[in-house]
Amino acid sequence: MLGRLLLHLVLLLVFAPLLQGVIVKTKALFGGRVGAPLLQPYWDLARLWRKGFVFSRTTTWVFRAGPVVGLTVPVLASLLVPFGALPAPLSFEGDLILFVYLFGLARFFTAAAALDTGSSFEGMGAAREVTFSCLAEPTVLFALMVLARLAGELSLNSLLGPHLEAAWKGPAAAPLGLILVCLLVVLLVENSRIPFDDPNTHLELTMIHEVMVLDHSGPAFGMILYGAALKLMVLGALVVRLALPWQTGLWWLDAMVFLGGMLLLALLIGVVESIMARLRLVRIPQILIGTTLVSIFALVLVLR
Amino acid sequence: MMPLVLAAAVLIALSGVPGLFLSRQGSAGERPASFLVLLGAGCGLAGVVGGLSGRGGDSVTLPWSVPGGELALRLDPLSAVFLLPVLLILACGAVYGLGYWPQREHPDNGRKFRLFFGLIGSALITLLTARNAVLFLLAWEVMALSSYFLITTEGEKIEARRAGFIYLVATHTGTLALFAMFALLEQLSGSFTFPAAQSLAAGGGAAIFLLGLFGFGLKAGLMPLHIWLPGAHAAAPSHASALLSGVMIKTGIYGLVRLTSFFFDLPPWWGWSVLALGVVSGIFGVAFALAQHDIKRLLAYHSVENIGIIALGLGIALLGRSFELPALILLGIAGALLHVINHGLFKSLLFFSAGSVIHATGSREIDHYGGLLKRQPWTGIFFLGGAVAISGLPPFNGFISEWLIYLGAFNAFAGESLTVHLAVLAAPALALIGGLALACFVKVFGIAFLGEPRSAEAARAHEAPLCMRLAMLPLLACCVWIGLLPMTVAPLLQRAALDWSGRTGEGSLSAPLAPLAWVGGMGWGLILIVVVVGFWLQRRARGAPAAVSTWGCGYALPGPRMQYTASSFADFLVGLFRFGLRTERRGGEVTDVFPAPEHFHSDTPDSVLDRLLYPGCRGVARGFTWLRARVQNGLVAVYLLYVAVTLCVLLLLITTI
Repeated sequence: MLGRLLLHLVLLLVFAPLLQGVIVKTKALFGGRVGAPLLQPYWDLARLWRKGFVFSRTTTWVFRAGPVVGLTVPVLASLLVPFGALPAPLSFEGDLILFVYLFGLARFFTAAAALDTGSSFEGMGAAREVTFSCLAEPTVLFALMVLARLAGELSLNSLLGPHLEAAWKGPAAAPLGLILVCLLVVLLVENSRIPFDDPNTHLELTMIHEVMVLDHSGPAFGMILYGAALKLMVLGALVVRLALPWQTGLWWLDAMVFLGGMLLLALLIGVVESIMARLRLVRIPQILIGTTLVSIFALVLVLR
Repeated sequence: MMPLVLAAAVLIALSGVPGLFLSRQGSAGERPASFLVLLGAGCGLAGVVGGLSGRGGDSVTLPWSVPGGELALRLDPLSAVFLLPVLLILACGAVYGLGYWPQREHPDNGRKFRLFFGLIGSALITLLTARNAVLFLLAWEVMALSSYFLITTEGEKIEARRAGFIYLVATHTGTLALFAMFALLEQLSGSFTFPAAQSLAAGGGAAIFLLGLFGFGLKAGLMPLHIWLPGAHAAAPSHASALLSGVMIKTGIYGLVRLTSFFFDLPPWWGWSVLALGVVSGIFGVAFALAQHDIKRLLAYHSVENIGIIALGLGIALLGRSFELPALILLGIAGALLHVINHGLFKSLLFFSAGSVIHATGSREIDHYGGLLKRQPWTGIFFLGGAVAISGLPPFNGFISEWLIYLGAFNAFAGESLTVHLAVLAAPALALIGGLALACFVKVFGIAFLGEPRSAEAARAHEAPLCMRLAMLPLLACCVWIGLLPMTVAPLLQRAALDWSGRTGEGSLSAPLAPLAWVGGMGWGLILIVVVVGFWLQRRARGAPAAVSTWGCGYALPGPRMQYTASSFADFLVGLFRFGLRTERRGGEVTDVFPAPEHFHSDTPDSVLDRLLYPGCRGVARGFTWLRARVQNGLVAVYLLYVAVTLCVLLLLITTI
């Protein structure tokens, strides 16, 4: 139990920033540049760690609660998610709801911290964040419902259990494929990635996450970056497990399969970011309503 | 333990009476009133807790020789679930009122307010323990009239009179339906005493259920029957709003729960209709809330939303009974009942803290606040606690009840038939409601308490007096308690669920609640890590420069007017619900190269009341005016003709019968 917990946390805490590095490197290669080293996110975090703070006189303690909750939530939520074939350390009936709502808590405090600065940029970012997330939530629930129907149980561990491998070969392959696409879209939305948000531009008016954290500095900003990397890893774990359901039974080999899957996912995100333009803001709700409909189709397929 | 509850009802009913004989100007009347309410609430809580732990008799029957039979009162777990928030919020409201509505500032209506505050409290206690239709309706009517007087406390304001009138019409329409419902119930069961649980066949109860759904739904504020709710809760003083919104509207839910417990073999359409109404109320309630600028109207619309969530749970439980699925029954009804308690707690907390903000700034417009967390740190924390709880986020209580309802919905997969599987659709609806509620409360908390003050009043705001803060503390404490130790309420919910569904096997319904301990444990973990990390960050940030301004692209003097406003925050989401909300927008069009100052105004009237009922009623009134001018035209000959026709018709009737 304790060993599993430690392995889980080490995998999460150590490898999360690497994914960001892979994404950036992929984008650089597509753009014909050499790009920053793969380990650059780690150096960035170390640099921010050593820096000091700047707090606007407008802000209160809520501004500091944003990064704290934003870092805590992915760590706690990761305990509920199996990393590939490695089962989650904590698992109980209904933990999938807790998983979804923990991220809601993080969103509440990140958006409140953005509003705390009194800047209209950050207000705009906060408004967009809560808007798009609440449109993404029904899709997540439909996807979880499909998985719950296939698993017959209600914990993330059993939802993403060993039965998936057989399910992919049976008639459930079509709905699983549909929700895999939907979850990938939600992953891009929730992690503020192109085509929904641009993580590179910092003052364009069309952004969500970056504009919300504009005023954070020093270690607090480092916590936000690290939290975002952890979030990508935790949400990505769902997608990777769904796409690569194999398991060998040897824990280190399973961990390798999982990490390989995560790197592939990061590569995929990098490719998507390189070949797609950012969507117009008004199109985002349409896409999210579209994924909701697609996931409803998936549900109908498993219910029939 | 029933005598203690009765004593509570009497003490609370009399709480406003001493003040009537004391001076209008001084504060002599308010202290005894608060003391009596506190004493009564203490008695009542002792009675309820004692009754639940099985000490002493829990029913009282007094001889009464009216046609309705006898005066029967009984305390069971179902009543207790509704009584606990009533007693707690009455006590908190009484303390809160000392600071919020002091007699010396409100000499005209302070005494009236306290009289009816006590009366409604006593009526609520009687209503929730009544086991006889006549007594129930009597208490119902006392409650309805007292709440009318609470809503029109400031009767000199036209808005309050208007809200009160609409409320009066709505509540009596509902009461009419309830009269009919109880009459039919008497035909079916043979007496006005409430029948035992599961004693009536649902086959003959379709009309009873529909009448109950209308009458109780009107009180509960299920959309589209919510018409009276936003105006009424906005017009009343904040501690009255807390009582009305936190517990009074729950009597509608209590009625529905109690009514459905009488029957066995429920047809599935009962559950489906409650579930569908729940989805509509939940989604549109929160969508309307998003579009409001008035903090109390916004909170009132959130009551519509939360009643929708409760109805979702109840609907799932009803379906569970129709399809014989114990997990659905237990999780659905436990979630609904826990949400009744939770909504009572966090909605009163929110109304209290909103009242403290209104007290300090003199405005109900969210866009006139800003930066209040620095000026009202305690109120800000209380509001934040309530906001996190009502958004259904862990580790607070709102999450626990929503979690139960989610689990109930997911358990619909356990059913045999395909139709019951569709109940699982409650889960994505609940997710959408939760997401919208989160957006709405980020908006309110962010715009009101964070950033820079948006008005001179907000800049001068002061913290609320001690008794107002003291009144909010137990509510927040209960929110945290249920969130972190949910197992402590599980036995009560389970007993209520067993009573309601008429099942006897304790074991059959206990397993699904077991993961609550895990949820609570995760909450503790969350708090622990956040506190440790937050403490570290706070220490690390010591000595950071404090006099810099927010980054504004190099512009060093950003003003309060440049902040994002509440309407701009919600604009995108409100736009998505345009089809139902029909927000009116005026101005804001910039045309020229050198535009003149522009003003923008948006307003979201209630679709049902302002767009359907008002124009409809006005049309009917115009029609009758026209008809009256024709019928009553001043010609004596025509009047004589009427008399002649009437006589002929009467003659015809007599001869034929």
